[in-house]
Amino acid sequence: MKRGEKIIEGVLFLCALITILTTVGIIWVLLKESISFFTEVSVFDFLTDKEWTPLFSDKHFGILPLLSGTLLTTVVAIVVALPLGLTIAIYLNEYAPKSFRKVVKPLLEILAAIPTVVYGFFALIVVTPFLQSIFPGLSGFNALSPGIVMGIMIVPFISSLSEDALAAVPSSLREASYGLGATKLQTSFKVLIPAASSGIISSVILALSRAIGETMIVAIAAGQQPRLTLDPTVPIETITAFIVQVSLGDVPHGSLEYKTIFAAGLTLFVFTLILNNVSFYVNRRYKLKYD
Amino acid sequence: MIKASTNQWKDQLFRIYGIGATFFGLLILGIFLVGIVIEGFSRLDFQFLSSLPSRLPGKAGILTAWTGSLWIFGLTSITSIPIGIGAAIWLEEYSKKNRLANLLEINISNLAGIPSIIYGILGLEIFVRMMKFGGSLLAGSFTLSLLILPIIIVSTREALKAVPRSIIQASLAMGATRWQTIWLQQLPAASSGIFTGIILSLARAIGETAPLIVIGALAYVPFVAKTPMDEFTVLPMQIFNWVSRPQHGFIVNAAAAILVLLIFVFIMNGIAIYFRYKSSKKVKW
Repeated sequence: MKRGEKIIEGVLFLCALITILTTVGIIWVLLKESISFFTEVSVFDFLTDKEWTPLFSDKHFGILPLLSGTLLTTVVAIVVALPLGLTIAIYLNEYAPKSFRKVVKPLLEILAAIPTVVYGFFALIVVTPFLQSIFPGLSGFNALSPGIVMGIMIVPFISSLSEDALAAVPSSLREASYGLGATKLQTSFKVLIPAASSGIISSVILALSRAIGETMIVAIAAGQQPRLTLDPTVPIETITAFIVQVSLGDVPHGSLEYKTIFAAGLTLFVFTLILNNVSFYVNRRYKLKYD
Repeated sequence: MIKASTNQWKDQLFRIYGIGATFFGLLILGIFLVGIVIEGFSRLDFQFLSSLPSRLPGKAGILTAWTGSLWIFGLTSITSIPIGIGAAIWLEEYSKKNRLANLLEINISNLAGIPSIIYGILGLEIFVRMMKFGGSLLAGSFTLSLLILPIIIVSTREALKAVPRSIIQASLAMGATRWQTIWLQQLPAASSGIFTGIILSLARAIGETAPLIVIGALAYVPFVAKTPMDEFTVLPMQIFNWVSRPQHGFIVNAAAAILVLLIFVFIMNGIAIYFRYKSSKKVKW
């Protein structure tokens, strides 16, 4: 009996250990191939060269164009998602009747359940032509349309998590504010948002990290032309879209071109890892404690 | 007095803005779903569901894609569910509050935040190259299992946490062992919560494209997969392939395939919502 229990505990521990092995595996794979990549391309060139053309005959390996593409779509996404998501969170938490919130919250969360390839379709087939009818100069592939669609996709991230943070503010604070004659708007912006700020900021950082790692929307609608620009109307390429482009092509295993996806992947990994941990830290460290 | 009325006025204005923002989100969702139904519904027939891929949009179908998605669903369930629940039980019930437990904890929240395409790179090196599975169903489902493992673990732990301590203490006091208590009391009590988390994470796996592209799933597979070692395609891959082609016929095909994918995903989400509702109603301890 005792022995059986020990065996079960051991098996369960092995299951938990798989999560550690996954992390170790990811870091090992990314580092191993990236180190081999950096023996052929200097780290200095990688970080400062303004061109990224590993698939052309005149090869350049500067990550900056891919970073600017990623930055561009991410910024557009946050500019769309932050005001929309935060407004929805405040409205649902302070203004909306309970029954309305109960129906609307799951409906909005459907937005997060839709597969990203479907959003890509939406960006390319619906949003880009619509934007072109407003801005005739817009290219068929651009950063604006996938950015906006990505923003809509991450609205429920920000609205749900921020709403949870707002709902967790003790009602005594809310009641004290109303007792002083404040309106709902004043209570929301002067009392609730500051009190829930750590939860709200960490939700926004998580959304940022999500946008940086998003792949299919940008692979479909942003183009495959790495360029160092902050103009959202021209075709660009993100880190993730580049990895897709190489994976779809016929790049021989072990070649320098093949190793570029690991160097690009490592860059992506480092960025999202930093953002995720800043988010946890903010949430834990700056959470206001009430008795 | 003027100030007070201005504040009231601002408050009302924000209320309208809030309603507007909320309905804007829902409106986009609506436009989106209606647009896809209009574009794709007429293409959805038996020929479309039972045909192999083709160069001609009118003859092409999604037989290999939806069977591939079912394979991936089955294989991913088999690997991820027992491992996920096992890991969650260990973390929740057996682990002591030490550095190892803390490390595992931080690690799982980090894993949940890693972009899916990175899991694809891991799968490419470990499953496709080192274990020599090639671009097979097995490599694909192992990769997706690792991707959804953190989600299953977190939701299973939440469900286990909700089981009251008194039940556990009563079971132990009756002379049940630790494992008997878990197997006969805690797991049945937490089952709807666990099931909800599993269904939601599998719905995510069904919709994933990026990691499968990286491990080398093919867009064009002219046969239905028969064993886990076969090459495969899935619905999202097929949609991606059709979206990137210029002919309008393929766009219509993509919309029709999206409808099929969304039906899969929404049914799974619906089941999850039902179980969440059921578990919230059930037994108040």
